[in-house]
Amino acid sequence: MFNLINRNRIKDPLGDRIFMTFNYIFLFAILLTVFYPLLYIISSSFSSSRAVTSGQVWLFPVDFNIKAYISIFKSQQLMLGFYNTIIYTVVGTFINVALTVMLAYPLSRKSFYGRGAIIIFMMITMFFDGGLIPTYLLMKDLHLLDTRWAMWLPGALAVFQVIVARTFFQSSIPEELGEAAEMDGCRDIRYLISVVLPLSKPILAVMTLMYAVGHWNAYFDALIYLRSEKLFPLQYVLRNLLILNAADPAMLANTSQQMRDQGFEQVLKYALIVVASIPILIMYPFVQKHFVKGVMVGSLKG
Amino acid sequence: MSRATESISAKLELQQRKHVEPKRQHPFIRSLKKHWELYLLVLPPVLYLLIFKYIPMVGVQIAFKDFSVVKGIWGSPWVGFKHFEAFFQSPNFWLLIKNTIGISFYSLIAGFPIPILLALALNEIRTGYFKKTVQMVTYAPHFISTVVMVSIIILMLSPHVGVVDKLFTLLGFPMTNFMGIPEYFKSIYVWSGVWQGMGYSSIIYIAALAGVDPSLYEAARMDGASRLRKIWHIDLPTLVPVTVIMLILSLGSIMGVGFEKIYLMQNPLNTSASEVISTYVYKVGLIGANFSFSSAVGLFNSIINLILLVIVNGISRKVSQNSLW
Repeated sequence: MFNLINRNRIKDPLGDRIFMTFNYIFLFAILLTVFYPLLYIISSSFSSSRAVTSGQVWLFPVDFNIKAYISIFKSQQLMLGFYNTIIYTVVGTFINVALTVMLAYPLSRKSFYGRGAIIIFMMITMFFDGGLIPTYLLMKDLHLLDTRWAMWLPGALAVFQVIVARTFFQSSIPEELGEAAEMDGCRDIRYLISVVLPLSKPILAVMTLMYAVGHWNAYFDALIYLRSEKLFPLQYVLRNLLILNAADPAMLANTSQQMRDQGFEQVLKYALIVVASIPILIMYPFVQKHFVKGVMVGSLKG
Repeated sequence: MSRATESISAKLELQQRKHVEPKRQHPFIRSLKKHWELYLLVLPPVLYLLIFKYIPMVGVQIAFKDFSVVKGIWGSPWVGFKHFEAFFQSPNFWLLIKNTIGISFYSLIAGFPIPILLALALNEIRTGYFKKTVQMVTYAPHFISTVVMVSIIILMLSPHVGVVDKLFTLLGFPMTNFMGIPEYFKSIYVWSGVWQGMGYSSIIYIAALAGVDPSLYEAARMDGASRLRKIWHIDLPTLVPVTVIMLILSLGSIMGVGFEKIYLMQNPLNTSASEVISTYVYKVGLIGANFSFSSAVGLFNSIINLILLVIVNGISRKVSQNSLW
């Protein structure tokens, strides 16, 4: 008995211990590589412009202050961008999820005649694509250029998400349940809303997050389809401010004093990066535990 | 039972049969009657695909026409392969191909193995705070938008004020404008992509490794296998199918370098290294309003992609029995 316990406590062989040491060093190095730039950005955004330009910020904020954040929230252009992005994200994600479920659920029912044809019809769009110009011309013909619809419609349905949702419906909701509901006189749409969807919360959560992140981060459709400033989403405004260096006159007016020292522009940029990314980074840990499920279901061939 | 009732029941049965007869309709009609709500559900997404995906596919014909806004897609005259020939003979052609393929291959070689290594390393350590922290932190950059990502790159690399430049100055290197030097463009693009994507791309491998039967590890332990041997003989074979699928997908899109990040990273100084097919299509087509020529370039690109995908998939099916279809 004593022997047995002792045996289990034998240390790992030397080779394994060396391996594990390197393994931890490797993972720690990766953790630092990813984490350090994020920390640096956040710390810089809370530091004084003098500290940032003179290179005093390495880890934590120096001369802690929130001036940059105040001037961001005073900027009309940015607040309009935020407002537009929220509208695009909320409405757009709703359209996305609704269309995806409407297509994925019937395709998961065996008794749905014609699903093979619809799947082929759908898969073809994954491999063939009209491309940028024909899509642009279509949007033009539909008079959707420079309207909010241009931010919702071109990417309203991701075939990949349909496949993931369909595989989930098929594998985790038994067909018998549907038959039983049918016997009780429950029609398909009611069954979908009151039985299937509540049972599919994990996949709906991942799907919603993916679509919402897509809308929040989208700038391409704005670049191509939008012309009026009042419609620009946050990312497009950010691109003008951060990459093209076209500062917002209102923001300059508010901060004219500080803008004279060049460094404030830097701090402002770091703060902009934080403000633009925070909403999503806050949301994602809640859905993170479902990622593996979402990814795995999608990789199964259905 | 009397004869009368018997004959009545026989008649009833006949009638019932007659009722059954017309019910032997086409399965579509039967399904439609029973599940009309499902067809109602499917109608909007199908219409959506038809309008927003299939109509542009038909619109690709302008690549073979001289498109004029007045005449529209259908009214414009056919010109055959004129625009394709113009593209092949243009001085930009080889530069675009070189940049597009160069950036893709570099991304593939640098970006493909790292998520697998990360997954293998994470799989070796016990579930705990450290593992969870590594996962949570490395997944996070995936959710940063392209605009923000490129801003971070530019800020970090900018001369005088960027942290990388300060570090270089500390180490005694001269001040450099990294974004303005064409030779650096590919590396900046690829390694920032690795930084942003490695954690998220590792999820699929982590999930595959989680599916390994624990008794395999126990048996290996009994046989005195070291951790490296366990990785070599159990983990790697487990990862082969999913790796092959991911490889097919990336090889199939070798010509499809994403537009967004490259376009944002471009500046007049680095275009000789950063102009790829997708940015060229945008510039010539939408900014230069050269619709037909630009569609031809885009179509050429997607056809090459499709051919690559089919070839790689075919090879893989023969060699390893793993394929997309």
